[in-house]
Amino acid sequence: MIKVTNLHKKFGKLEVLKGIDVEVKKGEVVVVIGPSGSGKSTFLRCLNLLEDPTSGEIIFEGTNITSKENDINKQRQKMGMVFQQFNLFPNMSVLDNVTFAPKKLKKLSKDEVNKIGMSLLNRVGLEDKANTYPQKLSGGQKQRIAIVRALAMSPDVMLFDEPTSALDPEMVGEVLDVMKKLAADGMTMVVVTHEMGFAKEVGDRILFMDEGIIVEEGTPDEIFSNPQNPRTRDFLSKIL
Amino acid sequence: MDFSFLSKYYMFFLIGAKNTILIAVFVVLFGVIIGIILALMKISNNKLFNILASIYIEFIRGTPVLVQLFIVFFGLPKFPGMLGDHMEYIAGVIALSINSGAYVAEIIRAGIQAVDKGQMEAARSLGIPRSMAMRFVIIPQAFKNILPALGNEFITVIKESSIVSIIGINELMYNTQTVQSNSFRPFEPLIVVAGMYFIMTFTLSKVLGKVERGMRARD
Repeated sequence: MIKVTNLHKKFGKLEVLKGIDVEVKKGEVVVVIGPSGSGKSTFLRCLNLLEDPTSGEIIFEGTNITSKENDINKQRQKMGMVFQQFNLFPNMSVLDNVTFAPKKLKKLSKDEVNKIGMSLLNRVGLEDKANTYPQKLSGGQKQRIAIVRALAMSPDVMLFDEPTSALDPEMVGEVLDVMKKLAADGMTMVVVTHEMGFAKEVGDRILFMDEGIIVEEGTPDEIFSNPQNPRTRDFLSKIL
Repeated sequence: MDFSFLSKYYMFFLIGAKNTILIAVFVVLFGVIIGIILALMKISNNKLFNILASIYIEFIRGTPVLVQLFIVFFGLPKFPGMLGDHMEYIAGVIALSINSGAYVAEIIRAGIQAVDKGQMEAARSLGIPRSMAMRFVIIPQAFKNILPALGNEFITVIKESSIVSIIGINELMYNTQTVQSNSFRPFEPLIVVAGMYFIMTFTLSKVLGKVERGMRARD
């Protein structure tokens, strides 16, 4: 579904990604772990071109999205993204947050979109918040709505950029539960996270990144129980 | 001090105040339009637009409004069809709008850039094009940052519009001068006009403060 070849990203002189090769298959949950500054968020943000790669190629569903002629807005509709800081639109109600993009971009009637929006909110148990504004919600609720907002475009893949890092500890669980359900439903997911429990339980494949490269990858079992690379071992010993 | 001239000349002040408010409303309206265009040019990715907008803003802010007013007033008749009866009104509003637009542009630019970067990213990540994200996500939020400063600009325009009395527009200041010469009282009319300007600006700032608080209460 996504094929990344020799991806490089520089910010000025600083080289953050030094050649990433990765393939994400349909239905797969890929979890990216690694120390801060390892480039994992930058890697994720390159996948939907929120960061412009310096060089390399990203093929999404058969289209080379890094080519100059490509209109990225089309693929972004198929790639949902969830941010660390939620980034809900404070000028819109919860339901409007969810239905904003489909209303503008899809050829569906207002009623249909609202119905989809309500059923999605229902899925995360927040349908009673439909007419509330985001400022009134807790962090966990905001993030669940951010997930729903991305799902409203019925994407083929969901990108999660440290979705629980800005949450109070007691709210991490409710967001992870939504993500687990999503994974169980067969959604293709790329998740950057520090939640090792989630990585172990839900991940089909773990990528360990450090200093701009993928140092090691494998099943959760391989990475967590039997890491081969000393840097992986070192990182895991610090956080587990 | 003798204010007995008021009973005879009060209409001059009222008509003048009405015209001042009218001019200020038009100037703020056109100033905001010019300001929006300039601000969008300044934050666009097009280098040429950036430079043109910067030149405009720097030039207008770096030259006296009186000079700008005269340039428009004496320059306008060079264009065909611009020699009508009330051409000074058009010149006055154009000059003040051109001037105000430069300041409004900076207010709007700052307001837009104060909106969290994540907002644009979130909209773009959904496949929303940049212009649409601007219109539905960024601008409505920027508006809350912009409104207080825009209110101040409105107040500034009310005060600075007194300068167009020089080209013969019968706004508040011009009419005051008429009263001064007709009543042979140079001093007292100025006290009256100062009071009237103050009432206008003070009322406006109170009203804007209320609107602002109302907007914040909704958050």
